Amino acid sequence: MTLTHLQRLEAEAIHILREAAAEFERPVMLYSAGKDSSVLLHLARLAFAPSRPPFPLLHVDTMWKFKAMYELRDRAAAEAGMELIVHRNPEAEERGINPLDHGSALHTQMWKTDGLKQALGRHGFDGAIGGARRDEERVRAKERIFSFRSAGHRWDPKRQRPELWRLYNGRKSKGESFRIFPLSNWTELDVWQYVEAEGIEVSELYFAAPRPVIERDGTLLMVDDERLKPGPGEEVRERWVRFRTLGCYPLSGAIESRAGTVPELIEEMRTGRQSERQGRLIDRDGTASMERKKREGYF
Amino acid sequence: MAPPEKTLLRLITCGSVDDGKSTLLGRLLYETGSAFDDELALCGDDLSRLVDGLEAEREQGITIDVAYRFFATATRKFIVADAPGHEQYTRNLVTGASTAELALVLVDAAKGILTQTRRHSYLCRLLGVSHFVLLVNKMDSVGYDRSVFERIVADYEALGQGFTAIPVSALAGDNITGPSPAMPWYEGPSLLEHLEAVEPEAERTGGPFEMPVQWVSREGRRGFAGTVAQGSVRPGDRVRVMPSGTAATVERIGLGEAALDEAVRGQSVMLSFAEEVDCSRGDVVASAAYPPEVADQFEAVIVWMAGDELVAGRQYGLKLAAQSALATIHTPKYEIDVDTFEQVPAHGLRLNGIGVANLWTDRPLVFEAYEDNRDLGGFILIDRVSNETVGAGLIRHALRRSHNLHAQALDVTREARAAMKGQRPRLLWFTGLSGAGKSTVANLVEKKLHLAGRHTFLLDGDNVRLGLNRDLGFTDADRAENIRRVGETARLMLDAGLIVLAAFISPFRAERRMVREMLGEGDFVEVFVDVPLAVAEERDPKGLYAKARDGRIPNFTGIGSPYEAPEAPEIRIDAAALTPEQAADEIVRYLTR
Repeated sequence: MTLTHLQRLEAEAIHILREAAAEFERPVMLYSAGKDSSVLLHLARLAFAPSRPPFPLLHVDTMWKFKAMYELRDRAAAEAGMELIVHRNPEAEERGINPLDHGSALHTQMWKTDGLKQALGRHGFDGAIGGARRDEERVRAKERIFSFRSAGHRWDPKRQRPELWRLYNGRKSKGESFRIFPLSNWTELDVWQYVEAEGIEVSELYFAAPRPVIERDGTLLMVDDERLKPGPGEEVRERWVRFRTLGCYPLSGAIESRAGTVPELIEEMRTGRQSERQGRLIDRDGTASMERKKREGYF
Repeated sequence: MAPPEKTLLRLITCGSVDDGKSTLLGRLLYETGSAFDDELALCGDDLSRLVDGLEAEREQGITIDVAYRFFATATRKFIVADAPGHEQYTRNLVTGASTAELALVLVDAAKGILTQTRRHSYLCRLLGVSHFVLLVNKMDSVGYDRSVFERIVADYEALGQGFTAIPVSALAGDNITGPSPAMPWYEGPSLLEHLEAVEPEAERTGGPFEMPVQWVSREGRRGFAGTVAQGSVRPGDRVRVMPSGTAATVERIGLGEAALDEAVRGQSVMLSFAEEVDCSRGDVVASAAYPPEVADQFEAVIVWMAGDELVAGRQYGLKLAAQSALATIHTPKYEIDVDTFEQVPAHGLRLNGIGVANLWTDRPLVFEAYEDNRDLGGFILIDRVSNETVGAGLIRHALRRSHNLHAQALDVTREARAAMKGQRPRLLWFTGLSGAGKSTVANLVEKKLHLAGRHTFLLDGDNVRLGLNRDLGFTDADRAENIRRVGETARLMLDAGLIVLAAFISPFRAERRMVREMLGEGDFVEVFVDVPLAVAEERDPKGLYAKARDGRIPNFTGIGSPYEAPEAPEIRIDAAALTPEQAADEIVRYLTR
């Protein structure tokens, strides 16, 4: 019996999830309602069945996700029978930080980076499981599966622990923590093939549909609610679009597409040949912006 | 369109800094369509830039840490551990090789086999990589000369057999995806053809079943979660939970809600048994007929990965499969020079050093030799203060003393008892003339150790001869038997984890040597309480010398019977010059050294 590449990736991810559950006192799974989160949640249910996954879900909210993502989030958590913790940075909320007035850098820093640190500290979580993959970005290619964070949540790319075999060292002192990445060795294509093979529910936003969009600085933005107002010369038009990655809606560029099924998406990826992060506006702040953000504690 | 069925192969690239590794990886990503247009656009003509990593590396123009890359063909996905070629990074190569099934060894055709080529190949073999591909790169720079290729292949054969050699140019794309018109003399497969054809080690599902238990499911029916490390299992199979050896029958193999007919090596599943079985994280579920061994003392190859040197005798955290223990490593027997493969004497190990050493653990471990099973033979060592991963170990075999321990015998070991007391059990053997002060000094030493929280016991001539040995007299034979019994008693006490102090004249070297050999080197500390006969006789606290001189005690040591002074005692106390207090302090200092 020969295992397929998806079976081997699945087995590896399950192995990592179980190590995380066994090695940490207060593990938590980050859940953002994106496709990687959907796959991760599915794997967590496989890993621990018939028990429920022995950790809660944490959504670090920014107030600016797509409506459809909030709906999927609540439904998926309920179906899994898992506790869902939603954290919003109170300072960002009070000061009304948003991507339109304050720019993507500050918005991301305060809501996501600071918000994550606050949430982990408040609940005493010492291991945060996330769906990041090594193929997403060059800096991630070198990150460990059990990735150490100092008490200040900093990642030091030069002081990573060697990671051999299937042995993960999750030991730490008080205040220190880990990020755990069970999907490290998956590619975007693997994720979609697995979604298809396992029939996993992912957000409808990944599939093409007529949606109200405006074009701004060469990027198509979906008008998900009244907070995004067309500027001078911009007009809301209904277009057939979908999203390759999902985040805050004013920071997620749509692509024109008619792909309505996973196989059609995969086919489009093959011919489109643009990388996944290309639609993520937060990665355009500088050449090494991801590395800097990660060192500061971005997931 | 159904998702295509692909297999998976994990590989590692190695070679020296300028052998063209980044260009090769960039080429593989490009040729398999695994790089996107916007990424390619950033690279211009230089494919190596596809795999450039961290800011610091780009500044220095080198790769400083293992990176993982991915590419796929129609039939196979590849995970590449991209290990840096820099001389200093043995630890990264070992890390990358630990999960690799195939090694791509790059050689610059113009330079031939270099130190790094040899070193990296050696490390990959050590870590158990089963397939080797010698890629003679930059063939374009030597005019695609067949003789250059063949010479390098011959050189590489000297390092080990069993590899496939392919002449390529990563820059020009020769022999990467198909035959190169520039090298019609080469009739073998192109690199990608070969990579698609080799059998992944992970697909070898033979051998007895073994699954380390990671986690126990307690909602509803008990489930034991783990990844199959070897062999396969089906419902109805008889298994054994090691180390306890408890037998059980597999009732169900779960993956999520589904029940499987079979689980094979590499699959992560949840087993349930027909019987109620005591089984927790760290245990290994194994074939009932061929369970793995259990031991607490091993010989292992140690790869040191930390800036701080390995300290022999210090306890390190050890993780092997799902088992955690404390391990003490003895002074390495030798270090392996990874350039000449010679064994050189070693006292410790420095960063990137590789040595062979014995170690013992505070609890028995279920294990296999590393060459038979990577999951149950490979372990990491963790510094207990910094929590860093400081070393990796490959078990060669258990030491005879602990080989095939059985469940009944291994529950509580000598090491476990000693670890609970937080001390190293030893026998302090005080020898010297009657009246030299042995008992006085031994008493003081015991008091000091007791105050320091040590668990001790003092054996002396009086408390032994009044009970255990009251049937013995003072003939040479009885004296020898006296010492033998004391030695055996002390050995039991050492097994109990105690520090034992024995104060006996023990005049003969042979008996003292017997006790030393009974206990093993290192556990026996000979303390020679040295005083001239005249001084002892003058002190004569019990009036024994006077009686002996009168002929009332025959065979009295120093008078009617000789005293054979130790030739190389661990400690010599000049009892004529030191006070008992000073002597005791010196001995305690020795013990805490």
